[in-house]
Amino acid sequence: MTEQAAAPLQPRSMGTSTIRLDGRLKVSGAAPYAVEHPADAPPLHAWLVQSTVARGRVSALDAQQALAHPGVVSVLDHTNAPRLEDTSNGELAILQDARVGFRGQIVAVVLAETLETAREGAALVRVTYQAEEHAAELRVDNATYRPDSVNPDMDTDTDEGDVEAALAGADVVVDETYRTPYEHNSPMEPHALVATWDDAGEGTVLDLVDSTQGVHGVVSALAPMLGLEPGQVRVRAPHVGGGFGSKGEPHSHEMAAALAARTTGGRPVSLAVTRQQMFALTGYRTATISRFRLGARSDGTLLAIDHQVFEQTSAIREYAEQTASPTRMMYAAPDRRTSHRLAVLDVAVPSWMRAPGEMPGMFAHETAMDELAVACGVDPIVLRELNEPATDPETGKPFNNRRLLDCLHRGAQRFGWSGRPAGARASADGEWWVGTGVASATYPMMVQPGNSARVRSLDGGRYSVAIGAVDIGTGAWTVLTQIAADALDVDPAAIELEIGDSSLPAATVAGGSSGTSSWGGAIVAASQLFRNDHGDSPDPGVETTASAAEDPVAEEYALHSFGAVFAEARVHRYTGEVRVPRLLGVYSVGRVINPLTARSQFLGGLTMGLSAALFEESYRDARFGHIVTQDLATYHVATHADVTGVEAEWLDEEDYVATPMGSRGIGEIGIVGTSAAVANATYHATGLRVRELPLTADRFLP
Amino acid sequence: MDSEISLTVDGRRHTVAVDTRTTLLDALRDRLGVTSPKKGCDHGQCGSCTVLLDGRRHLTCLALAVSYDGAEIVTAAGLGPEDDLHPIQEAFLDHDGLQCGYCTPGQVCSAVGVLDELKQGHPSHVSQDLEATPEPSDDELRERMSGNLCRCGAYANILAAVREAAGRGQA
Repeated sequence: MTEQAAAPLQPRSMGTSTIRLDGRLKVSGAAPYAVEHPADAPPLHAWLVQSTVARGRVSALDAQQALAHPGVVSVLDHTNAPRLEDTSNGELAILQDARVGFRGQIVAVVLAETLETAREGAALVRVTYQAEEHAAELRVDNATYRPDSVNPDMDTDTDEGDVEAALAGADVVVDETYRTPYEHNSPMEPHALVATWDDAGEGTVLDLVDSTQGVHGVVSALAPMLGLEPGQVRVRAPHVGGGFGSKGEPHSHEMAAALAARTTGGRPVSLAVTRQQMFALTGYRTATISRFRLGARSDGTLLAIDHQVFEQTSAIREYAEQTASPTRMMYAAPDRRTSHRLAVLDVAVPSWMRAPGEMPGMFAHETAMDELAVACGVDPIVLRELNEPATDPETGKPFNNRRLLDCLHRGAQRFGWSGRPAGARASADGEWWVGTGVASATYPMMVQPGNSARVRSLDGGRYSVAIGAVDIGTGAWTVLTQIAADALDVDPAAIELEIGDSSLPAATVAGGSSGTSSWGGAIVAASQLFRNDHGDSPDPGVETTASAAEDPVAEEYALHSFGAVFAEARVHRYTGEVRVPRLLGVYSVGRVINPLTARSQFLGGLTMGLSAALFEESYRDARFGHIVTQDLATYHVATHADVTGVEAEWLDEEDYVATPMGSRGIGEIGIVGTSAAVANATYHATGLRVRELPLTADRFLP
Repeated sequence: MDSEISLTVDGRRHTVAVDTRTTLLDALRDRLGVTSPKKGCDHGQCGSCTVLLDGRRHLTCLALAVSYDGAEIVTAAGLGPEDDLHPIQEAFLDHDGLQCGYCTPGQVCSAVGVLDELKQGHPSHVSQDLEATPEPSDDELRERMSGNLCRCGAYANILAAVREAAGRGQA
C-alpha cells in the first residue's frame, strides 16, 4: 500500500449541483437493497425468536411444534448453533449459552421455506426461562459507573480550574437539569441481509449482501468471531435504505444470519428484521440526564461551565455516549468541568444515532444558554458573541475556521431576528402563542485512517475508481464521482465508480460525518499518484492503489464545523399543540461538494431534529425491560404535514486544512442544536421553560 | 394452504401460488420478484409499500394476496422504467426528493394517487370546503402525502417535486 500526501484539489465538478447518479434507479424502485438481490439458489427465510425476560436463563426451548409446521426446516438455539471462536462482544455472541441479557435478545432462529412459515414457526417455539431480577430504569442515583472513556475514545471527565469557586462568585447562575429520551434511529429500510456460507472452495466462505454503513467494518467484526480470515468474508451493500448510525456496526441479526447460513449446506439465508424487532436489536440512543450549571457575570460573560451527564449502557456490552463532548469546546469560560456516569442496565445495547453526544448534549447546553440570556437580560446572539473563545477551550489549539458568529449573524438576517420581543409570551396570533428561538450547532471534523482507493484506466479515456464506501442516502455515489473526476481532471461521465463491496480497497464507516472526507481523501491521493505514475494518457489497464498520508498540519488545529439554527414556534393556548412553521439552519462546513445533495443532508438533519423536538420518545417499561413504543404508530417521527418551512444555507468557503477537497463533512450537524432552537422558541412563545424532550402538548398546559 | 391467483403487475400478467397468509406485498416481492414496492414496517404505518391498485394508491402490506385475485397493480417501476421516467419521477430527481431511496417508490406512487384524487375532487382533513374541488395547495399536498414516511427528511424536496407535478412550478 502506498501512502500519498494529497494536494489541494481545484474544484470543477465539485461545487456544482449534480443530480444523484443513483436517482433514476431509486425513483423507479430498481435499485436493489439487501434482501432484494437475486440469490444463486432460493433462500431459506429466517425469523428471530426473542427473549421475553430481561435477565435470566433459557431453561427449556421446545422446537417440536415449530419443526412439525410444514415448511419449517430447522430451529437454531444455544444448544445446536455453531460455536463462536470469540464471545467477548456480548451483543454479537448470540446462541452460545443459555444466558439472557435483555428482553428482546435473540434466543432462537427459525429457518423455513417461506416468510409465512418462518414466522409461524417462530410463533410455535416454546421457550421457558428462569428469570432473575433485573434493572432497566435509568435514574441519577443508579448512574454511578464511570467508564474508562466515552465514544469513540474521549476522556470520561474533564476538570479545569475551580468550578465550585467560580460558581460561588458568579453574579448569575443557571442550575438546571435537562433530559432527552430514548430515541430509535428507525431508518426506512429495516436491517436485513442475505447470508451464504460455502466452504467448499477457496476464497470467500461467508458472503453477505447486507444493509450496513460499513462493509469492511462488518468483515472485521464478524470474521474473527466465526474463525474466518477477513479475506474469507465478503460483504456487499450497493444501496442502503438509511442507517443514521444504527447500521454503523453489525448487530446481532447479522450474526444470526451468518450462524444460520453455516448450517444449511450452502443454501442462502434471507433475514429481515421486523420493524418491531428493530426496537430491541438494532441500536438506539440512550436517554440522557444533564445537570447543567452555568456561572456568569451580570453581563452574561461565562465564568464557569459544569456539565454532569447521567445516562445508561447495557450490561452485555458497553456504549458510553459522549454527551458532554461539545460542552468542552463550545464557549469560553476559565473554569469548566464535564463528567459522564452510566447506569449499567439489563437492556438492549445502545449505539450510535445521528450526532451521538452532540445531539443530546447541545440540547442541554443551548437551552441552558437561552436561560442564561433571559437571566442576564441579554439577546441570545449577543450572549454567544460575548463568550466566543479565541482558541479551542478543550485543547488550546487554534480553530481551523470557527465561523459560529458568521452563521448566527447570517441566520439572524435571513430569519428576521432583529425586532424580536425581548420578553416571553409577547406575541399571539389568534389562539396561538408565537415565539422564536436560536441555538448554536457544532460537529467535529473527522478523517478516519484506514482508507485506500484504486484507480484504473479503462478504454476510451474512462477510469474505474474503487473503494469500499457505502451510500446510505448521503449521495456518496454522486459526490465520490465528482471528487474522482476533479482529481483525475476528467468529466464525471468518464468515471466508473465502484463502492459498497468489501472486496474493494478498504474503507471506513459511513458515520461520524467522516465518510466523504475519509473516502474522498483516499480517492484524491490515489488519483494524484496515478497521474504521477502513469501520466495523462495512460494505457488501458494500468492502475494505482493508494491511501492518503496523514496531514501533519491538521494536527495543529481544532477541527470543527459550526452552525446556527433559528426556529419559530407556535403553541396553542388551549391545547398546548406545538407547530414549527419556520426552521432555518446556516452552516459553516468547508466546501459543499454537491449543493443539491448537501442541501438535502442539512434539511434531513434539521427535519430529524424537529422530529426529536416534537415527537420522538421510546418509552421503556422498566418492569419488563423493553421498549413499549415499538412501531411507527407509537414511536412518532415527523411526517409531511409536520414539516412546513425548513430551510438551509451555508457559508461560501473552503477548508484545505481539513481535506484536499476543502470540505469538512455535513451528515450530522443538521440535527445538532435544532431541538434546543425549537424548545427556546416555545419558551419565547409561552414563558414556559420545558427542559425535557419531546415538547409534547401536555408540557404547555397549566 | 396455497391458492393460485392471477395479478397484472406493471402490464405483465402473472399466475402465482400464494399461501393464504401471504400479503400482497410479499406476493409481489418474494413470489414475483417485483421489489419496487418496499417493506418498511409491514403493518400499514410507513407507506413504503404503496402501489396503484386498480388505479388507486394502496398499501400492499395490509392486503392479503388471495383477496386480490385478478387485480391490476402499477408500481413505481411500471409508472416509468429507469430510462423513461414518469414526470413525477423526473420532478423527484430534479428536486432531490429522495436520499436513501427506500421510501421513494411509495412516495412516487402516492404522489400520483394524490394528484388524481385532487383532480377527482376528493376532500382531505385540511380542505376547508368539502363540496369544492380542492386546490393542490402546499397544505393539501402535505396532508395527503402524510401516510408516506421519509426518515431521511426529504419532505421539503418531495413537496417541491409534487408541487411541480401538480402544475404549480417552483413556488
